[in-house]
Amino acid sequence: MFDPTEVWPPIRLTLELAACSTALLLLVGTPIAWWLARSKARWKEAIAAVAALPLVLPPTVLGFYLLLALGPEGPGGWLASSYGSRSLAFSFQGIVMGSVIYSLPFVVQPIRNAFESFGERPLEAAATLGARPWDAFWTIAVPLARPGFITGAVLGFAHTIGEFGVVLMIGGNIPGETKVLSIAVYEYVETLQWGHAHLLSGGLLVFSFAVIFSTMVLQKRMQRAEA
Amino acid sequence: MKSDIEAIAARFAGSLGAFSLDVAFKAPMRGITAIFGPSGCGKTTVLRCMAGLSRMAGRLRVGEEVWQDDGTGVFRKPYERSVGYVFQEASLFPHLSVRKNLEYGAGRAGRSRPASVLRFDDVVELLGIAGLLERWPAALSGGERQRVAVGRALLSQPRLLLMDEPLSGLDHGAKEEILPYFEALHETLSIPILYVSHDLREVARLADTMVVLSAGKQVCDGPIQEILERLDLSPWDGDFETGVVLHARVAAQDREFRMTRLDHQGQLISIPAADLKLGEEVRLRIRSRDVALATAKPQGTSVRNILSGKITEIVEDPETAFAEVLVDIGGGRLRARITRDASAELGLAKGKPVYALIKSISFDRPTSSSRWP
Repeated sequence: MFDPTEVWPPIRLTLELAACSTALLLLVGTPIAWWLARSKARWKEAIAAVAALPLVLPPTVLGFYLLLALGPEGPGGWLASSYGSRSLAFSFQGIVMGSVIYSLPFVVQPIRNAFESFGERPLEAAATLGARPWDAFWTIAVPLARPGFITGAVLGFAHTIGEFGVVLMIGGNIPGETKVLSIAVYEYVETLQWGHAHLLSGGLLVFSFAVIFSTMVLQKRMQRAEA
Repeated sequence: MKSDIEAIAARFAGSLGAFSLDVAFKAPMRGITAIFGPSGCGKTTVLRCMAGLSRMAGRLRVGEEVWQDDGTGVFRKPYERSVGYVFQEASLFPHLSVRKNLEYGAGRAGRSRPASVLRFDDVVELLGIAGLLERWPAALSGGERQRVAVGRALLSQPRLLLMDEPLSGLDHGAKEEILPYFEALHETLSIPILYVSHDLREVARLADTMVVLSAGKQVCDGPIQEILERLDLSPWDGDFETGVVLHARVAAQDREFRMTRLDHQGQLISIPAADLKLGEEVRLRIRSRDVALATAKPQGTSVRNILSGKITEIVEDPETAFAEVLVDIGGGRLRARITRDASAELGLAKGKPVYALIKSISFDRPTSSSRWP
């Protein structure tokens, strides 16, 4: 009854999507978090609110705007035309972009909190010891914010795995390209293939529990090591 | 002027919110200069401006190097200044071991180095932190942390060491434990130290030069003896610690009564036996509340130290019962805190010869040869 060749592609695609998105999220989220933690600009909370929007916006609304942005008429289409494609919508690159925006607050917030938690003092101490800002960032700020990076990466990864609405809006259901786990589950239920739906749902349940649980254990251990 | 080039010259003026600062002082390129004043007078701001951590309009020259000059637009960033900074809280890097903390500043280049380089092993020994090297900052006591912080600052090979109330977060025991190490720094280091404090006892014990601030304004600066003798600067520290610093030489050791006899400009001062060599110079601290005055030499008293002198100044405070008297004892000067009532009855006046009875002396440290470590 089970056909592994049918179940495996969405799992692999989802893991690829989550891995790509998490890497990009850390790359994009870290400078944003740093700026939000350090800047004294008065309008920085407005930027923080924009970065937090995906928390409250329905995924379909976000997906709708992304669809416009990624489509042939939007900047995504312009970007896609540079390598001979018509649009970023309904493509793997498109859903990666969507995931990054959708999961941004889950990565930015913990990293920002971590950067804020140790204050100016360690960086001032590093500066008086001759460390330039870039040097101090890597040798002091990043190691001190490690718990925030771990939390952010795990949340970003897990959140991308469970993503449904945005992918449905901008990715559709193309096997091997945009048909991720949550979409596959939805489709199995729609087509009354309960066995497959059970398999994927149960697997996702166990996986999610394992991720959250191990993060919590890891954080507890790190807190104890610091104290 | 060579002597001028070999000094630190600072001038900062400006305001941060409601707080305004206006100071201009010089400090020698050797020894400890205390920046002294009550809390909130701007001491820390001065130090932060010197390190480049805060910015205020002004000028700062350290030896021949200009670190800030608004006229020519020079402002060196903290990491471009060859400065060591010890914060009120040790601020060690919690993710690095003590050894890695100490080494952090050592490997970072791009700064001018002083002529003599401090070696890792020497600094570790000087501060007594050899046993802590493999520990983590979280596992250290407050005093240990502060010593490591001093070592870390020194090993970045600064030309100037800035210390911002490094003892204020410590309890009495930890302070007493760490002070001898700071005295050792004074004996051993050839770089100047600027030491911010609101504790007159600490300042009198460590400093050679003093800058006094009050409400963002500079009250005075100069050699510590001179400043401590100035009667117009009271009350400091609630008057309790007001006093002077005197230098004396060890003249004899009395084995039988376990006393050390000191010579100050021909007058004898006795203190309970101290482990000192003949001829060694010591620094004595005598609080004005520990000095009484008599117009005739008292007989039959248990007070050991009775010095003859002449009154050079009297300041009475009509708001209180007290008067502060400065007595020249042939070189150094003593401050005596007596009641106005007594002053009137004894007919004390400028130029009058008196005997100063010293009830208590704190002996701090040799001022020349090194006893520590």
